[in-house]
Amino acid sequence: MAANQTLQRRQSQLTRGHLPSYAVWVVLAAAVVLGAALSSLIGFSVIGWAVISAVVFVIAATIVTAVGEGERKAKDRLVTFLVYGAFLIALLPLVSVLWTVLERGVPGLNYNFLFTSMNGVTGAVDNQAVENGTPVLGGAYHAVLGTLQITLWATLISVPIGLLTAIYLVEYGVGKNLTKAITFFVDVMTGIPSIVAGLFAAALFALLFGPGTRTGFVAAVALSVLMIPVVVRSTEEMLKIVPNELREASYALGVRKWRTITNVVIPTAISGIASGVTLSIARVIGETAPILVTAGFASSINWNVFSGWMSTLPTFIYYQILTPTSPTAPDPSTQRAWAAALLLILMVMLLNLVARFVARMFAPKTSR
Amino acid sequence: MRTGRDRPPFTAGTSRNGPGPSLQSKSTAWKAKDVSTNTLKASTDRGRAGDKIFSGISLAAGVLILAVLFSVAVFLLVQAAPTFTADPTEITGGNGFTAYILPIVIGTVIAAIIALIIATPIGIAVALFISHYAPRRLARAFGYVIDLLAAIPSVIYGAWGYIVLAPQLAKGYEWLAANLGWIPIFEGPASQTGKTMLTAGIVLAVMVIPIITSLSREIFLQTPNLHEEAALAMGATRWEMVRMAVLPFARPGIISATMLGLGRALGETMAVALVLSPGALVASLVKTGNQTIAAEIALNFPEAFGLRLNELIAAGLVLFVITLIVNMIARFIITRHKEFSGAN
Repeated sequence: MAANQTLQRRQSQLTRGHLPSYAVWVVLAAAVVLGAALSSLIGFSVIGWAVISAVVFVIAATIVTAVGEGERKAKDRLVTFLVYGAFLIALLPLVSVLWTVLERGVPGLNYNFLFTSMNGVTGAVDNQAVENGTPVLGGAYHAVLGTLQITLWATLISVPIGLLTAIYLVEYGVGKNLTKAITFFVDVMTGIPSIVAGLFAAALFALLFGPGTRTGFVAAVALSVLMIPVVVRSTEEMLKIVPNELREASYALGVRKWRTITNVVIPTAISGIASGVTLSIARVIGETAPILVTAGFASSINWNVFSGWMSTLPTFIYYQILTPTSPTAPDPSTQRAWAAALLLILMVMLLNLVARFVARMFAPKTSR
Repeated sequence: MRTGRDRPPFTAGTSRNGPGPSLQSKSTAWKAKDVSTNTLKASTDRGRAGDKIFSGISLAAGVLILAVLFSVAVFLLVQAAPTFTADPTEITGGNGFTAYILPIVIGTVIAAIIALIIATPIGIAVALFISHYAPRRLARAFGYVIDLLAAIPSVIYGAWGYIVLAPQLAKGYEWLAANLGWIPIFEGPASQTGKTMLTAGIVLAVMVIPIITSLSREIFLQTPNLHEEAALAMGATRWEMVRMAVLPFARPGIISATMLGLGRALGETMAVALVLSPGALVASLVKTGNQTIAAEIALNFPEAFGLRLNELIAAGLVLFVITLIVNMIARFIITRHKEFSGAN
């Protein structure tokens, strides 16, 4: 009997000063109603409603908690609301961007867009399409090809350099000053503005081949300046988690160090390396600024990265928006731009998914 | 960590390179002796050249990276040089390079500061949300969602800011100019198109948030669990725990994350080039005007030739130096932090 009483007392002590769990929901409902009322006073809109309700809710819930549970609990609750709110605010642009691209990009993404270039598509053609309501002519075939070629060359340049550097950092240079310097500057390189990388490639080729040299290859060099640090970092991380026992087992069999690296270490880490490389491709494929200053702009197909100007999807989007093909009827250009944006986002998302898939499916079975 | 590089002290001397260096890492001393005196090492020289070549080319690749960073600076300097020696009247604006570059440097800094003012609190709060507040099961997924923000190419943000965001904000700017116009930064008349510095700053903020979030999240997750549990056991609320255990631990990380975000905001090109309709330097953020270095280069480089080309490369050099300094400070803080973060 006495024990039961103390138990009850303890329980009530533990739960004393707590608001019932439905209190917050009551406040929320009240805030939504009040928000609707207030926003209809100043001209109703869904955004206004949501904003006013949210503000009223946060303030009211904090005050209610302060009265019912004390100041510390109120502060805790306020911060919780703000943290959740920040996440929702961060989601807004993402949702808005994806929605915009889907809404405006889907109508333009057709066979014609994918498999014709802008060769011969002039302002007059666009004007006619708008006047007669015929389908928009011209597409991004040349830009897709340019993107693929330039990215391929950038990958061909960066992967060997990045991979070998990472091998040096992990396998040969542990503890050396050079390693520290490389690690530091690779980190710094990840912060180089992309346009500076473009200017570097432009300046380099201007010195070598005369000013105004703009080809796909120059762009590939610019992109590899951006890509190498990403490849180095991800590969380095992957090589570091290869268990030392594997290396030691290989050495024990009398295998040379370089054979150990190529036949034991790299195959073990290959999934991580591959996913890192894929992610770095996803990063550079959307770069615009370096392409603008290195590859110029083209409206027809160019299969040769070593001569002639070239277009990529990002520069295609940029020019279609900023300088519409027909200044008087920009709609066809805008449509092409959004279709290209959708295509670009799909490519980037696909690369990201592939990277995650590769990393997960072929992950080494480490003893972690 | 069993996979670590640390070996028992007695093998340290023998594990330089070549075969059989650390067979004995988990065995006893007599085995170590056994191995170091056997004939495995001397048995064959085959493959030694391969070893040399392979270590040579990987060293070369590492050095090449340093060389590239160095040559970025050198080539930019060489190509920019004519600007500094040219007659001041030949420079755009006619008043020499300093008069040309200063307004756009200030514009760049203004855009970056707006971006940081918006992005830092949100970025840190989102990181906290993912690391400490979100339901455990969903936290990973939320992390991916925020990473998606970083995956979207900048030109698409630019297009979004240009076509969707700017017209929306234009109404807000009119209201700001009408009601808060007495504050210099909101001075009217507001831009009708909404293509102003404030819009550019907001778009930049959206692009910076995932950077600040992902770095801060990493650091928040590293907070020693014991510290957190100790705070909670003392009766701290969740916020008190965060404030007393997590934030002090993560402060250097937050600072460097913000610096890296600053570096990104300073160097971001496309968003500004598309969103801002450039003009002379003005204090008002809701008027048309201002320009950033990166956007200035992107907008003018394709048509530039002769001295103008050198001028833009010189502008790029200035941008390079600014971002390099910002990034180096950030990295320095991170590296220093790494050394004592093994608190747990």
